[in-house]
Amino acid sequence: MVRTMLDVADLGHTYQAKDGAHDAIDGLTFTVEAGELVCVVGPSGCGKSTLLRSISGLIRPTRGTVSLHGTPVDGVPADLAVVFQDYSRSLFPWLTVQRNVEFPLRELSKAERTARAGEALAAVGLENAGRKYPWQLSGGMQQRVAIARALAYRPALLLMDEPFASVDAQTRFELEDLLLRVRREQDTTVLLVTHDIDESVYLGDRVLVLSKSPARVVAALDVGLGEKRDQITTRSSDEFVELRAKVAGLLQSAPTAETVH
Amino acid sequence: MGFLLGKPSTVSGTRRVPASLVGLAGLFLIWEVASQTGLVPELYLRPPSEVLPAMVGLLGDEKFLRALLATVLATVIALLIAILIAVPGGLVLGSIPLVRRACMTVVEFLRPIPSVALIPLALLITGTGPDTKIALAVYGALWPILFNTMYALDELDPLHVETARAFGTGRVAVLTRIALPSAAPFVLTGVRLSFTIALAVVVSTELFAGGTKGLGQFIMEANSGGAHMDQVLAGTVIAGLVGYAANAGLERLNAKLFAWNAPRGEAS
Amino acid sequence: MKRFGTFAQRWVVFAVAVTVWELVTRSAADVFFPPPSRIARAAADVWFSSAFGEHIVPGVSRMLGGFALAAIIGVALGLLLGRSRTAMAYLGPLFNFMRSIPPPLLVPFFLATVGVTSMQLPTIIFGAIWPVLLNTVDGARGVDATKVETARAFRLSKVQWILGVVLPSAAPKIFAGLRLSLSISLILMVIGELIGSANGIGNQLVRTQRDYDLPEMWSWIVLLGVLGYLFNTLLLIVERRALAWQPKHSFETQAQAIGG
Repeated sequence: MVRTMLDVADLGHTYQAKDGAHDAIDGLTFTVEAGELVCVVGPSGCGKSTLLRSISGLIRPTRGTVSLHGTPVDGVPADLAVVFQDYSRSLFPWLTVQRNVEFPLRELSKAERTARAGEALAAVGLENAGRKYPWQLSGGMQQRVAIARALAYRPALLLMDEPFASVDAQTRFELEDLLLRVRREQDTTVLLVTHDIDESVYLGDRVLVLSKSPARVVAALDVGLGEKRDQITTRSSDEFVELRAKVAGLLQSAPTAETVH
Repeated sequence: MGFLLGKPSTVSGTRRVPASLVGLAGLFLIWEVASQTGLVPELYLRPPSEVLPAMVGLLGDEKFLRALLATVLATVIALLIAILIAVPGGLVLGSIPLVRRACMTVVEFLRPIPSVALIPLALLITGTGPDTKIALAVYGALWPILFNTMYALDELDPLHVETARAFGTGRVAVLTRIALPSAAPFVLTGVRLSFTIALAVVVSTELFAGGTKGLGQFIMEANSGGAHMDQVLAGTVIAGLVGYAANAGLERLNAKLFAWNAPRGEAS
Repeated sequence: MKRFGTFAQRWVVFAVAVTVWELVTRSAADVFFPPPSRIARAAADVWFSSAFGEHIVPGVSRMLGGFALAAIIGVALGLLLGRSRTAMAYLGPLFNFMRSIPPPLLVPFFLATVGVTSMQLPTIIFGAIWPVLLNTVDGARGVDATKVETARAFRLSKVQWILGVVLPSAAPKIFAGLRLSLSISLILMVIGELIGSANGIGNQLVRTQRDYDLPEMWSWIVLLGVLGYLFNTLLLIVERRALAWQPKHSFETQAQAIGG
């Protein structure tokens, strides 16, 4: 049993542009333990997407290594799933909800696929939406489908790229609680990127604060809020208020971090 | 005229069917009056009261039906061949930039040549058999499908590709599981345009080459000397109905298969 | 360096294709497939001879005239009818049916009614009008509700409304229709001249077919390709100018650019 699920060591990526090179991330080092939910928070444009893309093997980083349960990442790892911010573009419009969830399960038999997708949809509260098309659902429901698709895949690591940034506030709270519930039930390891300080504290077991581009880890804060969290009581607890102030302070003091939302 | 009944129009419920039929009746009325009063030479523009019975007559005439069948069959075969060539071609040109840059000059050179311009040449080379008109129609029908497939790949959402790849989908699978389905509605639009073109080219070949059996030849023969103008008009109307039915059928197919595509265009 | 690379990619394959064509046709010495160099010589002899005034000019002006008339009538009618739901409910299916008639079948009809010498123009107008007309209707219908209400709020006159709001809103669709109409016009010009005409490029194709003059026949085919390319490019330039205000040149209009 591997304790460390994700090991990122001295990760750096440089984009070659016409007007010279641009370092998106540099010297990033951190780990995510099995069963942990780690939030990465940083100013917009600090290279969070580059980080996620390097971990998921969609791009090959210029420097450093990424290891998933001890295996170095080279190309897209087989047991990793991603939930993107833009659910409307990440779900396939030509497939029904059921088929979208089944999409990554090609290796399984038809019966297994159906069963797994059904389970995952039930876990996100969409057991009756399987035959609908994504556009027939609201934004929040579409993002639930994307989460169900990732869960059905049973990934060793679930990457979430600003997953709740495009839904309204009420839906956002619902989805945050949904995420906390399913990761408890299914013991999923999650790395979630966000620019929302409150969200990072509310969801995370640990919060990694990044600096402005090129992103480096400025601080890693343990969140001692316990397993059971509640949108109203947790968010008004002293510990929460203190932590969010700390994260905000770190982001403000991070060099040239003027674009914090 | 039952085919009109299925065509939804924009007027509210109860008047739906009559509106389109009234339009048709209006045309027939004007046509009848113009023809009877000699506003236009009656000899040529036969009134509907003669053309409609002629249509019924033609639909019971074996020679005409054979000609019609020959034309429709040639069109459909040409369309199928064009799809088999143009869809894979479009996928390759659309997904490999190097091949596209290399081939586009040749494509841009060939595309503007109207396929009807090749009729005399094709007749010299391959004679008046059905293969000639099919080959010409394939040439004409290739382009809309090829270009629609290619442009649809340009519009392929990169996030769809990334999502699929993040779930471990390989490059070829991305082409068949992502690129092809998302391009499909545009390909079908291309096929609809191509059907019209293929039919036009087949009919043109038949009109020009007397030896080619088909609707065009039938009408050209009926036309000689202006003796059977009722048959000419009736045949033309029937050809229009065939085109209309094919178009409506493909449109319905589109609505059925690609329901997911319709609202996406309206949103955002 | 990079620019040269792109240029090379564009033209190398083309040059190779022409060279191979030349070599193959030379060695095969097939009557039907003269080498491109012979076609080029025939083209130089024919295009710039008296044939230019006798055949190219009359045929092409009939085509352009027919296309222009179809465009004007189609756009005008489409703008008027497109904003009326009732009118289109009555006439829509009829127009759709008219468009479905394979345009070449108009040739025998007009051949009989109008006669060999003057049937070209009506054939082209009647064949080419439908795509413009129906696309204009479609575009005029698609004026969004906000624009309609804005126009009402400013109490625009009927003329301002049609020319200032409906026409520009419909313009992308209109151009898509014009492109289709243009290729239909060219097809009808050729097929009309093939079947019966005293002059024109199609007429020359028939003559060269009868005389078995393959190089010259090929040169006429190439000329039709050049003309098709030229007219389509001109229309594209006009379209780019007219639609310069559009944020993104829409995919739909590109996709409908077709030969025929």
